[in-house]
Amino acid sequence: MQFLSYLVNGVSLGSIYAVIALGYTMVYGIARMLNFAHGDIIMVGGYVAFIVMTDLGLPALAAILAAMLACTLLGILIERLAYRPLRAAPSLAVLITAIGVSYLLQNLALLIWGSAPRSFTSVVTLKPLRFFDGQLVITGEAVVSILVSAVIMVVLNLFVNKTKMGHAMQAVSEDRGAAQLMGINVNATITLTFAIGSGLAAVAGVLLCSAYPSLQPTTGAMPGIKAFTAAVFGGIGSIPGAMVGGVLLGIIEILGKAYISTQLADAIVFAVLIVVLLVRPTGLLGKKTNEKV
Amino acid sequence: MQALKKMDRSFRSNLVTYGMVLLAWLLVGLASSAGLISNSLQGQLVPICTYVVLAVSLNLTVGILGELSLGHAGFMSVGAFFGSVLWLCISGSVPGWLGLVLSMLLGGAVAGLFGLVIGIPVLRLQGDYLAIVTLAFGEIIKNIFNAVYLGIDSRGLHFSMSDSASLGLEAEGKVLINGAIGITGITKVSSFTAGVLLVLVTLFVVLNLVHSRAGRAIMSIRDNRIAAEATGINVTKYKLMAFITSAVFAGMAGVLYALNMSTVVAKKFDYNTSILVLVFVVLGGMGNIRGSIIAAAVLTVLPELLRSVADYRMLVYAVLLILMMIFTQSPQLLAARERLFGLVRRGKGPAGKKGEV
Amino acid sequence: MALLEVKDLGIVFGGLQAVSKLNLTIEKGRLYGLIGPNGAGKTTVFNMLTGVYRPTEGSIVLDGENITGQRPAHICQKGIARTFQNIRLFQDLTVLDNVKVGLHNQVRYNMWSGILRLPAYRAGERRMNERAMELLRIFDLDGEAALKASSLPYGKQRKLEIARALATSPKLLLLDEPAAGMNPNETAELMNTIKAVRERFGIAILLIEHDMSFVMGICEQITVLDYGRVIAAGTGEEIRQNPKVIAAYLGGD
Repeated sequence: MQFLSYLVNGVSLGSIYAVIALGYTMVYGIARMLNFAHGDIIMVGGYVAFIVMTDLGLPALAAILAAMLACTLLGILIERLAYRPLRAAPSLAVLITAIGVSYLLQNLALLIWGSAPRSFTSVVTLKPLRFFDGQLVITGEAVVSILVSAVIMVVLNLFVNKTKMGHAMQAVSEDRGAAQLMGINVNATITLTFAIGSGLAAVAGVLLCSAYPSLQPTTGAMPGIKAFTAAVFGGIGSIPGAMVGGVLLGIIEILGKAYISTQLADAIVFAVLIVVLLVRPTGLLGKKTNEKV
Repeated sequence: MQALKKMDRSFRSNLVTYGMVLLAWLLVGLASSAGLISNSLQGQLVPICTYVVLAVSLNLTVGILGELSLGHAGFMSVGAFFGSVLWLCISGSVPGWLGLVLSMLLGGAVAGLFGLVIGIPVLRLQGDYLAIVTLAFGEIIKNIFNAVYLGIDSRGLHFSMSDSASLGLEAEGKVLINGAIGITGITKVSSFTAGVLLVLVTLFVVLNLVHSRAGRAIMSIRDNRIAAEATGINVTKYKLMAFITSAVFAGMAGVLYALNMSTVVAKKFDYNTSILVLVFVVLGGMGNIRGSIIAAAVLTVLPELLRSVADYRMLVYAVLLILMMIFTQSPQLLAARERLFGLVRRGKGPAGKKGEV
Repeated sequence: MALLEVKDLGIVFGGLQAVSKLNLTIEKGRLYGLIGPNGAGKTTVFNMLTGVYRPTEGSIVLDGENITGQRPAHICQKGIARTFQNIRLFQDLTVLDNVKVGLHNQVRYNMWSGILRLPAYRAGERRMNERAMELLRIFDLDGEAALKASSLPYGKQRKLEIARALATSPKLLLLDEPAAGMNPNETAELMNTIKAVRERFGIAILLIEHDMSFVMGICEQITVLDYGRVIAAGTGEEIRQNPKVIAAYLGGD
């Protein structure tokens, strides 16, 4: 029973990772860049939701929408100002810029909101579910996280595969030059990708802070890195891969915490990354790409 | 002939770099004996050398090899812990300088070994994987050192992952690594002079490596991996060579740093430290070794002098990092600059050849 | 025995047969041309010969040794060097150093000799400098030895790429559109240089080129590729009159 409860917690945490990983994987697949700042956008989403709920006293739904709006705009802004000038630059330069942006967000948050942790009020009002005479308790947050991420994944998959904009995204990810020749607005498509990814980051931020209610400027960093690990695990660039990778990673982390060592849980998660890269660099659901020569 | 001149130039440029370091050592020594150096600055001297070694060695990976490593502090940590443990074990029986040298050799060797272990799987891959894996490595190392307990008594070394009591030490036994509390009771042996010597050794190895057959191979991979392979360069071998050399010196820097402190904790060597060193490398100029030295030294001293802006330090670094990349790497801006300078140079004569295509 | 023997070579990319049943024989010291409309698979052939792509079928035998599917660096060491359609120089290295990278496996000394500046380092560097300058002189690039490769004009960059490839002491040199972007004067000059290189080093050369007068004027044997298949092979005159070739080019354009 204990195990089952850990498993549920793992799936729930993993669902949040999955939502973050979706943002990473989309941006990586389409803009071919590792957006290090993605995790920090989660943190910004958390703070915006916190302010709307606690300082302005508005309902949770307003907080979520405000966070999504703020993060979407932030994502677009970052892409315009920092990443677009480097679209054709070496990937090392883009990576360093992304680290700069991540650091900028963290330090701005530190200046604006200080380093003291804020305690976040959960947006979930659902009562915990009890099974087997209360032996197995599933929190409302867990249920909501799992449901929300499942819905997001289905909707996103439909969007990418069924809509015109989704097809444009796929085309840009396959071959940017050819997509441009086919009349696809590459810049707009990349901006859209950042917008969607950042909006999802806001959702992830609210879910994360609801489940683990301590909000700090560094809140997003670790989940961000783990979600990237999840994206690599599942196969970077693949939407179902992000989902599978996220959930598996969440389970590994929670079970590692429970059965091996609390302190070493993170180390175990990262060890998974190294093993995956060793054994199957393309991830579980990724596909091999040939470099153009 | 021109080629010979060019070789001469690189040799001369190396001499200038060594001279610069020696001059700094001399000036600091003089100023110190004249009582011109404040206590807080005095305390910064060994850290400055540490950061210089870290920046120069990271530049080998980032600037010369062209791969991003975000786990430099992890290698530093490995060096610091292994070096300090050795020093704690031998400090009674060998003279200080020998202890420092031996600790550095061990710390560097173990860090290099870690470099090999993570380099082999990752450097075979293309793309941004090295960045994320080195970041992960730094976190793993931090977590592990935070959870490790190590003690010594007459029966030998004892190891545990739970707490110091479970080491089962004899009464006169000594706890070497005490989990999150880290290593305590280190007798300081690092000195500014030792630091400068390590800087010189690092420079000697890195500069000579860069200006040799191996260094050219490493830079050819950076400039064009596919062409390097087609030219017969064993890409994995040379990537590993650069990465491991970089790790070894980070480990040695860790030892220098640790043996200047009375305590060593794993938390000190976190992601932020790795980023700080990356900032030094980027602001000093990627691939520019002398720039790394200056940036590391100046940016370590400056916040000490300007306490009032210390809060904004990382914010400023972040902005500089972004601006630096956009202004030096954006193809459009580079082209614009080329046009501007091209016009200027064409007016001057020979360099104007650029204009003919 | 032929220098290079390619048998039934083919490759499939994600369901698309890019090249199939390619047969090619290259004799020592001769000049070959590989032509065909855009997208015919010419560069793909080069990429398979040099190990960038792993063929899905067929074999490549160089000097009696099967090198199919080996790593690019290994194949280069075995004796096939190449240039690229989109120039791939080591941009931030000097012109001289670009060629010295090419000499990497010709003049060796180990890492420690380099770090400690042992006599082996000095001797090796001197030897490399001499040989590199010699090669640069052939391409009239010796005056620019100390410049950054990226600062060379386009035509000279193409030449430097050939010099770098030659530095690896190949038995077979693959040139991917060596005359692309050159004016008629430069092209004529390049033709002479390529002939001179062949004479001087006694190597076989296989080149891809769109400039027909270039190919016809220099190549002793021409292979025509269309949709990944060889549609004709022979001397320039034979190719010119081959109806399949004419159809491919007219249809292709």
